[in-house]
Amino acid sequence: MSLIRLQNISRRYQMGTETIHALREVSLEIQRGEYVAIMGPSGSGKSTLMNVLGCLDSPTSGRYELNGTDVSEMDDNELAEVRNREIGFVFQTFNLLPRSNALHNVELPLIYAGVHADERRQTALTALQQVGLGDRVHHRPNELSGGQRQRVAVARALVNQPSILLADEPTGNLDSKTGEEIMALFEELAQKGNTIILVTHEEDIARQARRILRIRDGLIASDERLERKS
Amino acid sequence: MKLLLEMVEGLRIAWDAIGANKLRAVLTTLGIIIGIVTVTLMGAAIRGLNAAFLTSVSAVGTDVFFIQKWPWFNEEPWWKLLKRREIYLADGHAFIRKANPHWHVNLQSVGVRTLRYGHNVATGVFLVGNTETAVVTDDLSFSAGRYFTAAEVEGHRPVCVLGADVARNFFPHGQAVGRRVRIDDMAFEVIGVLEKKGKFLGIENLDNTAHIPVTLMGRGFTFFPGIRIAVKVGGLAHLEDAREEVRAVMRHVRRLPPTDPDDFSVNSLEAFIQKFTQVSRIIGGVGLFITGLSLFVGGIGIMNIMFVSVTERTREIGVRKAVGAKRRAILIQFLIEAAVICLLGGLIGLGLATLITWGIARFFPATLSLPIAALALGVSALTGILAGFLPAWRAARMNPVDALRSE
Repeated sequence: MSLIRLQNISRRYQMGTETIHALREVSLEIQRGEYVAIMGPSGSGKSTLMNVLGCLDSPTSGRYELNGTDVSEMDDNELAEVRNREIGFVFQTFNLLPRSNALHNVELPLIYAGVHADERRQTALTALQQVGLGDRVHHRPNELSGGQRQRVAVARALVNQPSILLADEPTGNLDSKTGEEIMALFEELAQKGNTIILVTHEEDIARQARRILRIRDGLIASDERLERKS
Repeated sequence: MKLLLEMVEGLRIAWDAIGANKLRAVLTTLGIIIGIVTVTLMGAAIRGLNAAFLTSVSAVGTDVFFIQKWPWFNEEPWWKLLKRREIYLADGHAFIRKANPHWHVNLQSVGVRTLRYGHNVATGVFLVGNTETAVVTDDLSFSAGRYFTAAEVEGHRPVCVLGADVARNFFPHGQAVGRRVRIDDMAFEVIGVLEKKGKFLGIENLDNTAHIPVTLMGRGFTFFPGIRIAVKVGGLAHLEDAREEVRAVMRHVRRLPPTDPDDFSVNSLEAFIQKFTQVSRIIGGVGLFITGLSLFVGGIGIMNIMFVSVTERTREIGVRKAVGAKRRAILIQFLIEAAVICLLGGLIGLGLATLITWGIARFFPATLSLPIAALALGVSALTGILAGFLPAWRAARMNPVDALRSE
């Protein structure tokens, strides 16, 4: 069974009198453990695809099965629960809570999952140690470097042990050296068997994945499998 | 369990958010502070007034009935009462003859006169004509001398008892008893001085007075032709039965046929207290309404700043939703923030009110009560939740994609 199965997914927006077809009848399958990059120029529909994959947005038509469950007809609260359980987000701008320290930022998904304080703290600490920030748990985002902030975000994304790690331009706000560090972290996570979906417009970043989906005008233009580098 | 976790998180966020905008929070809650201060001060003043009133009234006693031509509170049109017969001294004596032997009956008449002693003049003295029973009915006590006797009342003896203030003015060095004072043109021998009573409701002076036998009052000391009959029935039990008995005796004195209405009124402090309570409730109600308005205005301020807070933190809301916060969690978060701001205002307001109450309690009766304080805090938290609901609801319904995209 595929982890992700999109069947004829369309997403249309109404902008005034004009209808925008962000996605047109997209069908796609992603297996557990895959490391996929989604590429495309701006306006191609890659952000919409990421939002639909991440259950932040619902398709206008079509069917989306995530982990065997149809999520395309779910309401706001049900989707929130799916996001909490199944998906870990990493954003270009990190999106950490500025007034909370690293530990509390990582604890956040666990709070909404209803995990007890003691267990929450332990789990969050472990996640921070996994990304190499065991000594920075009480620092606030503004006391951390860009690379460290993104690591906190990765720890937050992983803390609930989601099915998918969904990263939207994770290196877009980092210099090339720290960008490489983050990509190395992703490589490590991929090797451990995590499913990673990476949205980017940089060719050399996308090349580090095992599969590249190119989106153009709301359609999948190409689906390329890469040889495993080692 | 989850709800509790979300509330704890909400409390934590609220505390952080307020800490990040301390001045804004204080300014926002100013309306609530003012509202709470006025509510509690209003309550404190009314309570103080009530307490002072009851202490003043209880000095007279609630088991005393006053038979008078006029009622204290008009139940009937005054022109009907105008036809009532006057109550004369003779009626009073007739009443005493027919009265229950356990009662203490005093015949009273009042006027305002000028007193003289040598070159000293006291104007506006409250002159009271009494019988010897006034000692019981008015619960009198003396700092010197005695009250007049039944024989002195019957014998029209020119004796008088002075109030504490009058005595002190005329005889600053004491020794009032045995001296002669003049009331209008008549000389009276001072036989006693009343103990100081203080002021009624803290306003009306009860010590600027003089008592003479009621039998002398008819000699131009009052322009009211009638008297009032004060009846102390003794004991507070069965007060209504006692009132009926007093009424029956007076009807007998008046020889009223059973079908005729009373041509007199039986007044008591009981009714006075009821009236006072009623008035103080109205004042309290109006006061609460006005202060409620100020709380309402404060609530609008809270709502306004909560909208600002929601807009400022749109991205945070997006992040929380992305990691799995449901609508309820976001709603709770902002409701708690609004409630905490208001509660802070309530606490500050209560603190100020306590200080102010403590200050005015030196000049005017006022006490701050625990129920009022609890009510004030409850009301302020409720205001926060009500005012915060609309902004919180807007935040809860936000679309996560749009929220994450906002700057």
